[in-house]
This record gives sequence, structure tokens and C-alpha cells, in this order.
Amino acid sequence: MGQTIIEKIIARNIGAASVKPGDIVTVNVDRVMLDDIMMPFIVNKFQEMGFKEVWDPDKVVLIYDHLVPASQQDDTRHYRIGDEFAARHGLTHVHRSDGICHQLMTEAGYVKPGDVVFGTDSHTTTYGCVGAFSTGIGYTEMAAILGTGQLWVKVPETIRVVIDGTLPEGVMSKDIILRLIGDLGADGATYRALEFGGQTVEQMSIASRMTMANMAIEAGAKCAAFIPDEKTAQYCGIQLSGFQAGLRGDADASYVKTLTYRAEDFLPVMACPSQVDKIRNVSELAGTVIDQVFIGSCTNGRLEDLQAAAAVLKGKQVAPFVKLIVTPASRKVYLEALECGALQTLMDAGAIITHPGCGLCCGRTGGILCDGERVVATNNRNFLGRMGTSKVEIYLASPVTAAACAVAGKIVDGVQV
Amino acid sequence: MEQFTGRVWVLGDDIDTDIIIPTEYLALKTIEEMKKYGFSPLRPELAAQIGKGDILVAGKNFGCGSSREQAPEVVKALGIRCVIAKSFARIFFRNAINNGLLLIEQPDLYDEIKEGDTITVTVNQDVDYQGKRYPIASLPENLVEIITAGGLVKAMRRRNGLED
Repeated sequence: MGQTIIEKIIARNIGAASVKPGDIVTVNVDRVMLDDIMMPFIVNKFQEMGFKEVWDPDKVVLIYDHLVPASQQDDTRHYRIGDEFAARHGLTHVHRSDGICHQLMTEAGYVKPGDVVFGTDSHTTTYGCVGAFSTGIGYTEMAAILGTGQLWVKVPETIRVVIDGTLPEGVMSKDIILRLIGDLGADGATYRALEFGGQTVEQMSIASRMTMANMAIEAGAKCAAFIPDEKTAQYCGIQLSGFQAGLRGDADASYVKTLTYRAEDFLPVMACPSQVDKIRNVSELAGTVIDQVFIGSCTNGRLEDLQAAAAVLKGKQVAPFVKLIVTPASRKVYLEALECGALQTLMDAGAIITHPGCGLCCGRTGGILCDGERVVATNNRNFLGRMGTSKVEIYLASPVTAAACAVAGKIVDGVQV
Repeated sequence: MEQFTGRVWVLGDDIDTDIIIPTEYLALKTIEEMKKYGFSPLRPELAAQIGKGDILVAGKNFGCGSSREQAPEVVKALGIRCVIAKSFARIFFRNAINNGLLLIEQPDLYDEIKEGDTITVTVNQDVDYQGKRYPIASLPENLVEIITAGGLVKAMRRRNGLED
């Protein structure tokens, strides 16, 4: 019996020949990601559990991103607690202002194909972009991992998604994943893995794959998986081992279902307020007046996203009543976008460029909105109250669509601008 | 078999973690400080109305979204005895179990129940609503072990020789 990517990763991790969906197993954790907002809770639970030492400090990455720079008086308490914990337990992988956790975990090389990784953030599914098994957990389970290096998991069933062909102009991987979430529903992949394949996916950059893996959780998925290839090896700075090169679904692997798409059929889409699975074609929403555009986040704040937005905005001006806020996903992305001129183009068009971080996406800092206002945003959630008051309307879109809307001051198809 | 009766609050489908406790309150120092903001984007008055022993009934995908464990902790701190939904999102489900918040999947009750009514839950057996019985499944063994241990913190304390 063949195996899916996720089954192969879990089986190897526990030293078994194979595993099957529904098996409950204890995995040995290769890497964990702890974020600032959860740090005081993680440390409390760790102490309450009676642990004295971290199982393997080299496997722990601590990232301050949700609360950087501080916007409320008590926020710096999270840094202090994090710094104390890092010093006491000899953690060396600490990022205090380098960017968004999920961007850093892959960009800084903390995650490799075949790894088993957990993070205290639901978008930890992102690392499936390089063929890792990764998912979000709460602070109590994180504390238990810090003490033991292990966690129980139920081997998920896998849904296979195959996309072949070439995407139309102005359509990005964000449009694919939004459409897929719409087709599956916000709970359509609950407790399941999403495994992506097909020519379109093979042709994609790691950044584009990252956008899709990032949003797998919005269909309820436990994790996402892309086949590691030469692009993955180059991105991770490694040569693929035999095991890593074999991380593809076997022909006789068992999938709970397979969804097949033609790339040519995809259109620019948006997730409408206030559900991520409420997907409409942009053309159906055209003309809706907006107040703000946000381009950034762990979903769409990478160099190719900023370049795509800059290509739309080049030589144009943002509508006078629209605030366009751009947040590079990391310092590295920020510098690259600076060097290639994308930031110059965006600023010439009237964009505000912010520091890398999570603040705007989760409504914590800079750029929150008020009752009755509308925002087109490239992040991953349009939940009630996510970016300001509960009467803010959030439309999720690709960077191309978002940039086009910023110019028009209303919802518009990116290709038309 | 453990049995309890409680007044019901009814919420809809896809009650996400940003509704249960918005990000802006996540960095408050304690769950006690946070709990008054529970469900505020959807029903700002609800947190003050919920009483100890009340039961939440909801549609599908309860707890979807963020991994924030403050969500089940806030639900529990508000006095909610258990949440009965058509289905739960997976991270919320794990977090709730680890904190000893009972979650029950039941496909039909939500479609028929009215807010303010009273139900009786017999754990691992059924829910009684006005004489009609709605069957519920037993929890998997490994989850029962965590709950029996008194939650994951207690299980780890026992591992570390701090509890019998």
C-alpha cells in the first residue's frame, strides 16, 4: 500500500514502516516556533508542569512579531519573559524584530523537507511549502513539547489537489487557495492534510506555494504538503536526501478525495465579509467603494507579492481617499524590495510602508478600521472584528487585485487597471 | 455516568477564535481579565449574561481560526459547562481537551434547540432536550486519558514526580 507525503514523514519520524490515517502516534519534534503573544502563557505552563530544562534548545525558535513594536503598555512584558526564558535555557534562535514568524522559519532555514514542526500559531501549516509536516498548537501542548520533545498526533487523511496548466495573467496562487477554500468550505479539510501536485504547482515559486500552505488552515486542514524539488533544495540551502527526494504521494497511496483543476479556469477572487470561504469572482463585486488596502502578512508579504503590486502601481497613484499600507514579511524581504526598486514604486504611488510584523493583519497595531469602513487585504482572515471594529468589512484578495483596487478606490479586476 | 443540566446559549456556524476572544485582548495578563471580552465582536453583552453551569450550543466548525488557547480558557472561565456543536475545529478541540473543557459533537440538536431552554447531558451517552434524546459518541481513549489525568498540565506534573 502506497503512502501520502504526510504519512511518509510521520512513519519515518516514529521509525515505522508505514502509518495509516486514524493511527494515534507520538512524534519526535524536529523544531518548534514560539511567538511573543503566547510566551507568558507557555512559560507559566512549562513551570507549572514542573520542567526544569528545555529538551533541546537548538530546536527551539522564539520570534517576536505580533507585538513588535509594542503598541500597548504591557506588551514589552512579553519580550522580558521571552528574553529571561531564552537566557535561562540557552535558546540561541531568538528573533526580536526580524519579521513575521512563518516567513522567518522558512527564510532563515529552520525548517527542512520531512521535518515535524509545531508552532503556537495556526498558520504554522505554512512550512508544508517545503515539504514539512507542520501545524499549530496551543500553549499547553507547546510547554509539554519544550519539556519532552514529543507530542501525540492522529495521522490525518489526505485530500489531494492537482492543478495543471498555466494561470491566466493577473491570477496568483492566492486566487487558487481562496477558490479551493470556497470549494471545500471553512471546515472541508478539518483533521485532514492537503497535498498539492500538478504542473502548475511544480512551476510555482516557493513563495507562491507558501501562500497556499499558509491558508490551508482556513479550510480547517491540519497541514499542507508540497513535493520538495530542486527549488525547495535551493531555497533551503540543502541537497535533498534520498528520503526528502522521495516525499511524493505514491501512485497507490490512499486519498480521501482528489480535486482536479485546470489552471486556465482560475479567476481573480475575493473572500467576502466575514467568512474565508465566502468566495466571489472579483468581477461580481466590481464597483464596491473601499477605504483601505493592505498588502502584506505571512500570506502575501514576500518579494514577489510586493513586486506584483508594484507592477500594477507603477506610474499610477493610489485613489486620494484610500490608505495603501504595505508590510514586508521580513527585514530580508524589506531590503530586497528596497534594492529592486519595488518599494520606491509603491511609495511613489502613495503607499505607506510599515515595519515587518503581524500587527495590522490581526488588528493589533497601525491601520485598524472603524464601523462601516471597507478594506481589501492580502492576509488570511476576514473574521468579524479582525482588523478593527466588528462592523468593518474585510475582503481578502491577491496582491495584484489589492493593488488594482488601491488605484481605483473600489473593487476592480487587477488585469483591467 | 456523569450527568448535568444547564441553560443553553445558541451561537451559529463557524464561531471563530477571534469572536471568542479578539487579538487585542490576548496580551492581558490573566484569563480572568480577558473573559469579559468573550464573544464581544458578535454579542458584546453575552459574557456578562453567561452563568456558571450554562451550556453553549453551536453549528459547525466551532473554534475555527487561530491556535490561541485563550479561547477555550475564556469559555471555561465564563462558567460554560460544555460546548455542544455540529463539529469543532481541530486546534480548538485539542486545546479544550488539554484544559478540561468538555466538547460534544452532536449533529441535530443545534437545528432544533432554542436559546434559554434547558438540556440534560449524560456524558458519553446522550443529550435530553424536552424529552427527546440526542445520542453522543464516546471520546477516543487517548483523550479520555488526558481528561482523566486532569488535563495535560497535571499529566506532565505526574510525569515529573510532582503529583501522584
